[in-house]
Amino acid sequence: MNFAIIQFPASNCDQDALHAVRHLGYSARYVWHKDASLGAADAVLIPGGFSYGDHLRCGAIARFSPVMRAVQQFGAQGGLVLGICNGFQVLTEAGLLPGALVRNRSLQFRCEHVFLKTVTRNSPFTNQVPNDKLLRVPIAHGEGCYFAAEETLQQLAANDQILWQYCDQEGNVTEAANPNGALRNIAGICNEPRNVAGLMPHPERACEAILGNTDGMLIFQSMIAWFAQRRQSRAA
Amino acid sequence: MFMKARIIITPKKAVVDPQGITVRRALAHMGYDGVGDVHVGKYIEIDLAAGTDPAVAEATLNEAAHRFLSNPVIEDYRLEIQ
Repeated sequence: MNFAIIQFPASNCDQDALHAVRHLGYSARYVWHKDASLGAADAVLIPGGFSYGDHLRCGAIARFSPVMRAVQQFGAQGGLVLGICNGFQVLTEAGLLPGALVRNRSLQFRCEHVFLKTVTRNSPFTNQVPNDKLLRVPIAHGEGCYFAAEETLQQLAANDQILWQYCDQEGNVTEAANPNGALRNIAGICNEPRNVAGLMPHPERACEAILGNTDGMLIFQSMIAWFAQRRQSRAA
Repeated sequence: MFMKARIIITPKKAVVDPQGITVRRALAHMGYDGVGDVHVGKYIEIDLAAGTDPAVAEATLNEAAHRFLSNPVIEDYRLEIQ
């Protein structure tokens, strides 16, 4: 399985994402934002950072990059796309995911570990997360407060599109465990066909025992397992 | 004659605006009475080339404001051409 990792000017988690995928034993390579094609990619990662300096709005300029047309097409054909942090912001700006990420309620840049409750295992991004397992992953953002109109939130819930919520270490979804003011404690969502997802936390920074945390691996392993299963069922 | 387009972008009422809340509190602390809700937005000024047709500029900039300069999920905008 080949991961394409998109590089915008001022992406800064691209190397972490590449390292995490290779550490898991899979192939990953960078795709420059000016490239019109993704090449032979089985999944796309849009990494964190401050694409185009986050000018105007986070992700607002990146979404018009030539490579994003290829990502749109890839996503429309059912390809797996995961946006992490700034990548999540880019995907909402591009309209590939509903809602928007706005300034943290506290106005502070939050850089810490959080706990995530996996709301549904029915997705290419969560299927390998064991039942009742909370993910402990780092966040590092100033504009990660998820917002969507009430009607959109209801649709997300009804369609099981909310993948992760901020919670405390017992798994309770509380206001105190919400680091940025996100509506419904939303940390990550997927689109209706379930092949495009975004989250504010950084699973790629939690993939190695030497870093004291391997919970993030479960998200990439979910993508890998889903892809392997799809390939098998297509071959059959 | 030179024309200018001004685009004023404000957060939608449903979006919590922590900057606005902080500014409101600061104004109250400073003793400015009678200050109600405060909303902090963006102001974009665009110089238009001489001879631009105002109607064409309005249509073009409305499109740009909707697609790019503002995010309709979280923001409203007002366009003025003078």
